[in-house]
Amino acid sequence: MAILEVKGVNKRFGGLAALSDVNLTVQESTVHAIIGPNGAGKSTLLNCLVGKLMPDSGSVMFDNRSVLGRKPHEINQMGISRVFQTPEIFGDLTVLENIMIPCFAKRDGAFRMHAFEQFANEAELIDKSDAILADVSMADQRDAHAASLSRGDKRRLEMAMCLVQEPRLLLLDEPTAGMARADTNNTIDLLKEINSKRDITMVIIEHDMHVVFSLAERITVLAQGTPLVEDTPDNIKGNPKVQEAYLGESQI
Amino acid sequence: MLGLNKNDTTLFVVIIILTILAPFLLNPFPTESTLAQFNAGYPDLMEKFVVFGIFAIGFNILFGLTGYLSFGHAAFLGVGSYSAVWIYKLFTYNVIPALILAVIVSGIFAILIGYVSLRRSGIYFSILTLAFAQMSFALAYSVLSNPKFNLTNGETGLQIYANDLQLFHRESLPNFPHIFGLSMGSTYKLGVGPWEFQFNVAYYFCALMMIASFYFAIRLFRSPFGMMLRAIKSNQQRLNYTGLNSRPYMLAAFVVSGMYAGLAGGLLAVTDPLAGAERMQWTASGEVVLMTILGGTGTLIGPVLGAGFIKYFENIFSKINDQVLHQWFTFLPDGIEDFLVAIVHPFIGKGWHLTLGILFMLVVIFLPGGLVEGGQRIARIARRLMNRDKAADAANVSAE
Repeated sequence: MAILEVKGVNKRFGGLAALSDVNLTVQESTVHAIIGPNGAGKSTLLNCLVGKLMPDSGSVMFDNRSVLGRKPHEINQMGISRVFQTPEIFGDLTVLENIMIPCFAKRDGAFRMHAFEQFANEAELIDKSDAILADVSMADQRDAHAASLSRGDKRRLEMAMCLVQEPRLLLLDEPTAGMARADTNNTIDLLKEINSKRDITMVIIEHDMHVVFSLAERITVLAQGTPLVEDTPDNIKGNPKVQEAYLGESQI
Repeated sequence: MLGLNKNDTTLFVVIIILTILAPFLLNPFPTESTLAQFNAGYPDLMEKFVVFGIFAIGFNILFGLTGYLSFGHAAFLGVGSYSAVWIYKLFTYNVIPALILAVIVSGIFAILIGYVSLRRSGIYFSILTLAFAQMSFALAYSVLSNPKFNLTNGETGLQIYANDLQLFHRESLPNFPHIFGLSMGSTYKLGVGPWEFQFNVAYYFCALMMIASFYFAIRLFRSPFGMMLRAIKSNQQRLNYTGLNSRPYMLAAFVVSGMYAGLAGGLLAVTDPLAGAERMQWTASGEVVLMTILGGTGTLIGPVLGAGFIKYFENIFSKINDQVLHQWFTFLPDGIEDFLVAIVHPFIGKGWHLTLGILFMLVVIFLPGGLVEGGQRIARIARRLMNRDKAADAANVSAE
């Protein structure tokens, strides 16, 4: 079943057509990668999915409901979580608090005036947060300041913040950018486990072909704002059009 | 206790004890001594400490937690005062309805200003709040004081006249703000040897309000709501992409903060039943920013310390004049005495702002966490010295 359907999306920035007539269908429970050379419109497409940008035309349906015109927090409440290219976390807060905030968002909705309640009484949410921290093996950093974490740990924390909400669709914008090979492999394992154990659909934008080919079940290649092909990883590898537009570059 | 953790309970109890004992603690010098002018234990000044403490606590809920710097908080202070005085004029001198109206009206005012100002963040938010506050000042100063519709009494300030309605006022009740008949102006004076201590009803009433305000602030700081506000300061974008709508959180923080300011404004009218437009001027808004930063932004106790510090300077340093200086330096040869007085002269009396400015700069540069950070550093050094002494003692014992 298709969980995300993008149809005929166009987005122009002045004279530049960042996206022209983009169609994309993501099946439930799969890992779908979007690749393409720099400036192909990958991030623009992602921003259209989470409410940061409004496409000029076209439709984006999540679970048969349109996401266009909704605010970022509304889209998140529908079940779409996003991991950013550079980890976006609450640096001034502790690791546990970072996880607690999405827990509150999940339980209480977009706003609740819980000014006279006590943090310590939220045992259920604290347990849930601790469990997630154990899953991403960060339990011993529970009370650390999030800003003091290493870059890899910040990334894992951000991932945990998304996971604790049990989203139906997880969008990842270059989740291994700037990581060492060992960290990259850990992230791949983590993402595989998330996909299989928690049954979360993922859309992943990535430059690192190693990551793409070890995770993705379907791949869409974007070039100059239009999808070139959409196929399985094996077919993409052998596709001459893709070689020319994208992989060709790296072979020179 | 009361839903507070151990450290917060200690802090809260210390605050209660300090406010109750303030008439003693702030009056360390005998009445006749030359140092008596440094005594701050008289009702007028003590009331200012606690009232501006409330103002700063409320401001800190907005600025300290969310990082949104409002430059127009004095508008709510003024609105609170005007509301309270109108209750006196129309109904009764009883302070309870006056304060309730002050808080409600300033809350409504905060909803209006906040709804518009919070469309922007950073410097634009500050400028919007400043613009609103100056508009409120202009309204109070001139627009709303024409003969047809006199809401604020303009330059003179709103005050109570003999021909005011005062519907529920009775002959038996004091002709001054009171709480169920007990006049806010009544003071009990206790003479102990050369000392004289003053216990004033208005002070203790305001102190009670400050303790309550402080308690609510602690609860708010430690609540999930407070955590959301800190999250806004830390990374508003992440909060939005985490499914939380930062708008209503910000508006709620702004309104709570405005209501604190309204309560403080109402209390100013409790200690002295008049309200003037100058209370809303931008200098008053700037003052609460200084208080909060000087004391320690985002800390619980900081704003109260900052408020006390600035009000002390305003009232005590401004009273020192050349004559007093000559008295201090009288033991020195005449030439040096005159020279010293000439040097110190610009920093005292009307020049107290200069001293305050220098102190403010020193604090911001060397103690970015404000007076609270200063206190923490001293405590850390003291602890280290104590540990060293203990270690030395232990070494001595083992050597013997």
